[in-house]
Amino acid sequence: MSSHIVWMIIGMAAVTYIPRLLPFVLFKGKELPGFVQGILKNVPYATLGALIFPGILLINEDIWFGIIGAAAAFLAALLGANVIVVVLGSIAVLSVYSFLV
Amino acid sequence: MAELAVGKPYGEYRKGVQSGISIAIGYAPIALTFGLLAKTTGLSIGETALMSLLVFAGAAQYISLSLLSLGTGIFEIVLTTFIVNIRHFLMSTSLNEKWDDGRAANKVILSFGITDETFSVAAVREEKVTSGYMLGLISVSYASWVICSGLGHLIGASLPQTLQESMSVALYAMFVGLLVPSMRKSAKVVFLAALAACFNTIFTFTNTLSTGWAIVLATLLSAVIVEWIENVKNRHRGQGHE
Repeated sequence: MSSHIVWMIIGMAAVTYIPRLLPFVLFKGKELPGFVQGILKNVPYATLGALIFPGILLINEDIWFGIIGAAAAFLAALLGANVIVVVLGSIAVLSVYSFLV
Repeated sequence: MAELAVGKPYGEYRKGVQSGISIAIGYAPIALTFGLLAKTTGLSIGETALMSLLVFAGAAQYISLSLLSLGTGIFEIVLTTFIVNIRHFLMSTSLNEKWDDGRAANKVILSFGITDETFSVAAVREEKVTSGYMLGLISVSYASWVICSGLGHLIGASLPQTLQESMSVALYAMFVGLLVPSMRKSAKVVFLAALAACFNTIFTFTNTLSTGWAIVLATLLSAVIVEWIENVKNRHRGQGHE
Protein backbone atom coordinates (compact mmCIF):
# COMPACT_ATOMS: atom_id res chain seq x y z
CA MET A 1 0.00 0.00 0.00
CA SER A 2 1.37 3.39 -0.86
CA SER A 3 1.56 5.59 2.18
CA HIS A 4 0.14 8.72 0.59
CA ILE A 5 -3.03 6.85 -0.45
CA VAL A 6 -3.34 5.48 3.07
CA TRP A 7 -3.03 8.99 4.51
CA MET A 8 -5.65 10.21 2.07
CA ILE A 9 -7.99 7.42 3.20
CA ILE A 10 -7.40 8.26 6.86
CA GLY A 11 -8.10 11.93 6.16
CA MET A 12 -11.29 11.07 4.25
CA ALA A 13 -12.37 8.76 7.06
CA ALA A 14 -11.88 11.48 9.68
CA VAL A 15 -13.78 14.21 7.84
CA THR A 16 -16.61 11.77 7.06
CA TYR A 17 -16.92 10.44 10.61
CA ILE A 18 -16.84 13.81 12.38
CA PRO A 19 -20.07 15.26 10.88
CA ARG A 20 -21.78 11.90 11.51
CA LEU A 21 -20.68 11.83 15.15
CA LEU A 22 -20.76 15.46 16.25
CA PRO A 23 -24.54 15.95 16.70
CA PHE A 24 -24.75 13.01 19.10
CA VAL A 25 -22.07 14.60 21.29
CA LEU A 26 -23.16 18.24 20.92
CA PHE A 27 -26.86 17.73 21.57
CA LYS A 28 -26.57 14.91 24.09
CA GLY A 29 -29.24 15.24 26.76
CA LYS A 30 -30.19 18.71 25.53
CA GLU A 31 -33.76 19.73 24.94
CA LEU A 32 -33.78 21.76 21.74
CA PRO A 33 -36.35 24.55 21.26
CA GLY A 34 -39.74 23.35 19.99
CA PHE A 35 -39.41 25.05 16.63
CA VAL A 36 -36.01 23.41 16.01
CA GLN A 37 -37.41 20.02 17.06
CA GLY A 38 -40.22 20.52 14.55
CA ILE A 39 -37.70 21.24 11.80
CA LEU A 40 -35.63 18.18 12.71
CA LYS A 41 -38.76 16.00 12.51
CA ASN A 42 -39.33 17.35 9.00
CA VAL A 43 -35.77 16.63 7.88
CA PRO A 44 -36.23 12.92 6.97
CA TYR A 45 -39.07 13.56 4.53
CA ALA A 46 -37.40 16.61 2.99
CA THR A 47 -34.15 14.62 2.67
CA LEU A 48 -35.96 11.82 0.87
CA GLY A 49 -37.46 14.29 -1.61
CA ALA A 50 -34.01 15.77 -2.30
CA LEU A 51 -32.37 12.35 -2.53
CA ILE A 52 -34.92 11.11 -5.08
CA PHE A 53 -35.06 14.18 -7.33
CA PRO A 54 -33.40 14.95 -9.61
CA GLY A 55 -31.08 11.94 -9.05
CA ILE A 56 -33.53 9.28 -10.20
CA LEU A 57 -33.96 11.02 -13.57
CA LEU A 58 -30.21 10.96 -14.19
CA ILE A 59 -29.41 7.27 -13.63
CA ASN A 60 -29.15 6.68 -17.36
CA GLU A 61 -28.51 8.78 -20.46
CA ASP A 62 -31.96 7.66 -21.56
CA ILE A 63 -34.15 9.81 -19.31
CA TRP A 64 -37.09 7.40 -19.79
CA PHE A 65 -35.10 4.91 -17.77
CA GLY A 66 -35.41 7.11 -14.69
CA ILE A 67 -39.00 8.12 -15.40
CA ILE A 68 -40.17 4.52 -15.82
CA GLY A 69 -38.18 3.40 -12.78
CA ALA A 70 -39.67 6.20 -10.68
CA ALA A 71 -43.20 5.48 -11.92
CA ALA A 72 -42.84 1.77 -11.18
CA ALA A 73 -41.54 2.47 -7.68
CA PHE A 74 -44.28 5.01 -6.90
CA LEU A 75 -46.99 2.71 -8.21
CA ALA A 76 -45.74 -0.30 -6.24
CA ALA A 77 -45.41 1.80 -3.08
CA LEU A 78 -48.87 3.33 -3.53
CA LEU A 79 -50.32 -0.17 -3.80
CA GLY A 80 -48.84 -0.76 -0.37
CA ALA A 81 -45.92 -2.96 -1.37
CA ASN A 82 -43.11 -3.60 1.11
CA VAL A 83 -39.89 -1.62 0.48
CA ILE A 84 -38.01 -4.66 -0.75
CA VAL A 85 -40.81 -5.48 -3.20
CA VAL A 86 -40.69 -1.88 -4.45
CA VAL A 87 -36.93 -2.22 -5.03
CA LEU A 88 -37.07 -5.61 -6.75
CA GLY A 89 -40.18 -4.59 -8.73
CA SER A 90 -38.55 -1.50 -10.23
CA ILE A 91 -35.41 -3.46 -11.08
CA ALA A 92 -37.61 -6.04 -12.84
CA VAL A 93 -39.58 -3.40 -14.76
CA LEU A 94 -36.37 -1.73 -15.93
CA SER A 95 -34.85 -5.07 -16.92
CA VAL A 96 -37.85 -5.66 -19.17
CA TYR A 97 -37.59 -2.12 -20.53
CA SER A 98 -33.88 -2.39 -21.34
CA PHE A 99 -34.55 -5.78 -22.93
CA LEU A 100 -37.21 -4.24 -25.19
CA VAL A 101 -35.28 -1.10 -26.15
CA MET B 1 -46.79 -5.83 26.98
CA ALA B 2 -44.22 -5.79 29.75
CA GLU B 3 -42.73 -9.15 28.85
CA LEU B 4 -42.47 -8.07 25.22
CA ALA B 5 -40.25 -5.20 26.21
CA VAL B 6 -37.79 -7.53 27.93
CA GLY B 7 -35.24 -9.37 25.81
CA LYS B 8 -35.84 -6.93 22.98
CA PRO B 9 -32.23 -6.25 21.92
CA TYR B 10 -31.92 -9.38 19.81
CA GLY B 11 -35.33 -8.83 18.21
CA GLU B 12 -34.38 -5.25 17.46
CA TYR B 13 -31.13 -6.38 15.88
CA ARG B 14 -33.03 -8.77 13.64
CA LYS B 15 -35.49 -6.10 12.61
CA GLY B 16 -32.55 -3.87 11.74
CA VAL B 17 -31.00 -6.57 9.58
CA GLN B 18 -34.32 -7.09 7.79
CA SER B 19 -34.67 -3.36 7.07
CA GLY B 20 -31.08 -3.29 5.87
CA ILE B 21 -31.55 -5.89 3.17
CA SER B 22 -32.90 -3.38 0.62
CA ILE B 23 -29.85 -1.22 1.31
CA ALA B 24 -27.52 -4.18 0.87
CA ILE B 25 -29.12 -4.98 -2.50
CA GLY B 26 -28.83 -1.36 -3.55
CA TYR B 27 -25.20 -1.05 -2.46
CA ALA B 28 -24.04 -4.18 -4.27
CA PRO B 29 -23.86 -2.82 -7.85
CA ILE B 30 -22.48 0.55 -6.69
CA ALA B 31 -19.77 -1.07 -4.58
CA LEU B 32 -18.85 -3.57 -7.33
CA THR B 33 -18.40 -0.68 -9.75
CA PHE B 34 -16.43 1.25 -7.15
CA GLY B 35 -14.04 -1.69 -6.78
CA LEU B 36 -13.64 -1.93 -10.53
CA LEU B 37 -13.02 1.81 -10.92
CA ALA B 38 -10.56 1.80 -8.03
CA LYS B 39 -8.61 -0.91 -9.83
CA THR B 40 -8.50 1.06 -13.08
CA THR B 41 -7.46 4.17 -11.10
CA GLY B 42 -4.48 2.20 -9.82
CA LEU B 43 -5.49 1.44 -6.23
CA SER B 44 -4.47 -1.93 -4.85
CA ILE B 45 -7.12 -4.27 -3.47
CA GLY B 46 -5.91 -3.48 0.04
CA GLU B 47 -6.33 0.27 -0.51
CA THR B 48 -9.74 -0.24 -2.09
CA ALA B 49 -10.99 -2.37 0.79
CA LEU B 50 -9.45 -0.01 3.34
CA MET B 51 -11.27 2.97 1.84
CA SER B 52 -14.63 1.18 1.95
CA LEU B 53 -13.90 -0.07 5.47
CA LEU B 54 -12.93 3.31 6.91
CA VAL B 55 -14.88 5.86 4.87
CA PHE B 56 -18.14 4.06 4.04
CA ALA B 57 -19.55 6.88 1.90
CA GLY B 58 -20.37 6.10 -1.72
CA ALA B 59 -20.46 9.49 -3.39
CA ALA B 60 -17.28 10.73 -1.70
CA GLN B 61 -15.38 7.55 -2.58
CA TYR B 62 -16.36 7.86 -6.24
CA ILE B 63 -15.33 11.50 -6.33
CA SER B 64 -11.97 10.71 -4.72
CA LEU B 65 -11.22 8.28 -7.56
CA SER B 66 -11.93 10.80 -10.27
CA LEU B 67 -9.88 13.44 -8.43
CA LEU B 68 -6.98 10.97 -8.03
CA SER B 69 -6.98 10.23 -11.73
CA LEU B 70 -6.87 13.98 -12.40
CA GLY B 71 -3.78 14.20 -10.20
CA THR B 72 -5.48 16.27 -7.48
CA GLY B 73 -3.62 16.68 -4.20
CA ILE B 74 -4.60 14.83 -1.03
CA PHE B 75 -5.63 17.93 0.87
CA GLU B 76 -8.09 18.92 -1.83
CA ILE B 77 -9.54 15.41 -1.95
CA VAL B 78 -10.03 15.35 1.82
CA LEU B 79 -11.64 18.81 1.73
CA THR B 80 -14.00 17.74 -1.07
CA THR B 81 -14.93 14.66 0.94
CA PHE B 82 -15.76 16.86 3.91
CA ILE B 83 -18.01 19.09 1.82
CA VAL B 84 -19.78 16.16 0.16
CA ASN B 85 -20.41 14.48 3.52
CA ILE B 86 -21.39 17.49 5.61
CA ARG B 87 -25.04 16.60 4.98
CA HIS B 88 -24.66 13.75 7.46
CA PHE B 89 -24.44 16.37 10.21
CA LEU B 90 -28.04 17.29 9.53
CA MET B 91 -29.09 13.64 9.39
CA SER B 92 -27.39 12.77 12.69
CA THR B 93 -28.95 15.80 14.37
CA SER B 94 -32.38 14.68 13.21
CA LEU B 95 -31.83 11.04 14.14
CA ASN B 96 -30.53 11.97 17.61
CA GLU B 97 -34.06 13.14 18.46
CA LYS B 98 -35.65 9.73 17.97
CA TRP B 99 -32.81 7.43 18.99
CA ASP B 100 -32.90 6.60 22.68
CA ASP B 101 -29.84 5.18 24.36
CA GLY B 102 -28.50 6.16 27.73
CA ARG B 103 -25.08 4.75 26.91
CA ALA B 104 -23.38 7.43 24.86
CA ALA B 105 -20.71 5.02 23.62
CA ASN B 106 -23.27 3.14 21.50
CA LYS B 107 -24.18 6.25 19.54
CA VAL B 108 -20.53 7.27 19.23
CA ILE B 109 -19.65 3.94 17.61
CA LEU B 110 -22.78 3.45 15.53
CA SER B 111 -22.77 7.00 14.15
CA PHE B 112 -19.93 5.79 11.91
CA GLY B 113 -22.56 3.92 9.90
CA ILE B 114 -24.91 6.79 9.16
CA THR B 115 -25.33 7.12 5.42
CA ASP B 116 -28.14 8.60 3.31
CA GLU B 117 -29.65 5.14 3.18
CA THR B 118 -29.30 3.93 6.78
CA PHE B 119 -30.51 7.33 7.97
CA SER B 120 -33.58 7.28 5.71
CA VAL B 121 -34.61 3.79 6.77
CA ALA B 122 -34.18 4.54 10.49
CA ALA B 123 -35.75 8.00 10.34
CA VAL B 124 -39.06 6.88 8.79
CA ARG B 125 -39.41 4.00 11.23
CA GLU B 126 -42.66 4.30 13.17
CA GLU B 127 -41.25 3.13 16.47
CA LYS B 128 -38.36 4.75 18.31
CA VAL B 129 -34.91 3.85 17.03
CA THR B 130 -32.76 1.67 19.29
CA SER B 131 -29.06 0.85 19.18
CA GLY B 132 -29.83 -2.83 18.50
CA TYR B 133 -31.87 -1.83 15.48
CA MET B 134 -29.13 0.50 14.22
CA LEU B 135 -26.50 -2.21 14.68
CA GLY B 136 -28.50 -4.64 12.54
CA LEU B 137 -29.29 -2.04 9.90
CA ILE B 138 -25.71 -0.81 9.64
CA SER B 139 -23.94 -4.17 9.81
CA VAL B 140 -25.80 -5.65 6.84
CA SER B 141 -25.36 -2.46 4.77
CA TYR B 142 -21.69 -2.11 5.72
CA ALA B 143 -20.97 -5.78 4.95
CA SER B 144 -22.49 -5.43 1.50
CA TRP B 145 -20.51 -2.24 0.83
CA VAL B 146 -17.12 -3.59 1.94
CA ILE B 147 -17.43 -7.09 0.49
CA CYS B 148 -18.74 -5.91 -2.87
CA SER B 149 -16.01 -3.24 -3.14
CA GLY B 150 -13.39 -5.94 -2.66
CA LEU B 151 -15.17 -8.29 -5.08
CA GLY B 152 -15.37 -5.59 -7.74
CA HIS B 153 -11.60 -5.14 -7.55
CA LEU B 154 -10.92 -8.87 -7.39
CA ILE B 155 -13.15 -9.89 -10.27
CA GLY B 156 -12.30 -6.79 -12.23
CA ALA B 157 -15.75 -6.63 -13.72
CA SER B 158 -19.15 -5.42 -12.68
CA LEU B 159 -22.49 -7.08 -13.28
CA PRO B 160 -23.73 -7.71 -16.83
CA GLN B 161 -24.52 -4.38 -18.51
CA THR B 162 -28.33 -4.68 -18.53
CA LEU B 163 -28.55 -5.88 -14.93
CA GLN B 164 -26.13 -3.17 -13.84
CA GLU B 165 -28.28 -0.52 -15.54
CA SER B 166 -31.52 -1.84 -14.09
CA MET B 167 -30.02 -2.11 -10.62
CA SER B 168 -28.94 1.53 -10.67
CA VAL B 169 -32.54 2.36 -9.75
CA ALA B 170 -32.42 0.24 -6.56
CA LEU B 171 -31.55 2.89 -3.97
CA TYR B 172 -33.88 5.44 -5.50
CA ALA B 173 -36.69 2.90 -5.52
CA MET B 174 -35.93 2.24 -1.87
CA PHE B 175 -36.21 5.96 -1.07
CA VAL B 176 -39.58 6.01 -2.86
CA GLY B 177 -40.69 2.92 -0.96
CA LEU B 178 -39.75 4.62 2.32
CA LEU B 179 -41.41 7.93 1.49
CA VAL B 180 -44.75 6.95 -0.03
CA PRO B 181 -46.35 5.27 3.03
CA SER B 182 -45.80 8.50 5.03
CA MET B 183 -47.07 10.60 2.13
CA ARG B 184 -50.33 8.69 2.18
CA LYS B 185 -50.82 9.50 5.84
CA SER B 186 -49.89 13.16 5.86
CA ALA B 187 -50.16 16.08 3.45
CA LYS B 188 -47.29 17.73 5.32
CA VAL B 189 -44.96 14.94 4.19
CA VAL B 190 -46.03 15.48 0.59
CA PHE B 191 -45.21 19.19 0.81
CA LEU B 192 -41.88 18.55 2.55
CA ALA B 193 -40.70 16.07 -0.07
CA ALA B 194 -42.03 17.99 -3.07
CA LEU B 195 -40.53 21.29 -1.94
CA ALA B 196 -37.11 19.78 -1.22
CA ALA B 197 -37.22 17.95 -4.57
CA CYS B 198 -37.95 21.22 -6.38
CA PHE B 199 -35.18 23.11 -4.59
CA ASN B 200 -32.64 20.36 -5.21
CA THR B 201 -33.63 20.10 -8.89
CA ILE B 202 -33.21 23.86 -9.31
CA PHE B 203 -29.82 23.88 -7.53
CA THR B 204 -28.63 20.90 -9.57
CA PHE B 205 -29.65 22.11 -13.01
CA THR B 206 -28.54 25.69 -12.48
CA ASN B 207 -25.22 24.38 -11.14
CA THR B 208 -25.36 26.86 -8.27
CA LEU B 209 -24.13 24.46 -5.59
CA SER B 210 -22.12 21.27 -5.31
CA THR B 211 -24.19 18.11 -4.72
CA GLY B 212 -23.39 17.99 -1.01
CA TRP B 213 -24.52 21.53 -0.30
CA ALA B 214 -27.50 21.31 -2.67
CA ILE B 215 -29.02 18.47 -0.64
CA VAL B 216 -28.31 20.20 2.69
CA LEU B 217 -29.79 23.51 1.60
CA ALA B 218 -32.80 22.00 -0.19
CA THR B 219 -33.60 19.90 2.89
CA LEU B 220 -33.20 22.76 5.35
CA LEU B 221 -35.18 25.27 3.28
CA SER B 222 -38.05 22.84 2.86
CA ALA B 223 -38.05 21.74 6.53
CA VAL B 224 -37.96 25.33 7.80
CA ILE B 225 -40.54 26.74 5.37
CA VAL B 226 -43.06 23.97 6.03
CA GLU B 227 -42.57 24.22 9.80
CA TRP B 228 -42.97 27.99 9.69
CA ILE B 229 -46.16 27.77 7.61
CA GLU B 230 -47.59 25.19 10.00
CA ASN B 231 -46.76 27.37 12.99
CA VAL B 232 -48.46 30.40 11.45
CA LYS B 233 -51.52 28.29 10.60
CA ASN B 234 -51.70 26.84 14.10
CA ARG B 235 -51.40 30.26 15.68
CA HIS B 236 -54.33 31.51 13.58
CA ARG B 237 -56.43 28.51 14.42
CA GLY B 238 -55.33 28.15 18.01
CA GLN B 239 -55.72 31.78 19.12
CA GLY B 240 -57.42 31.89 22.50
CA HIS B 241 -57.26 28.13 22.91
CA GLU B 242 -53.92 28.11 24.67
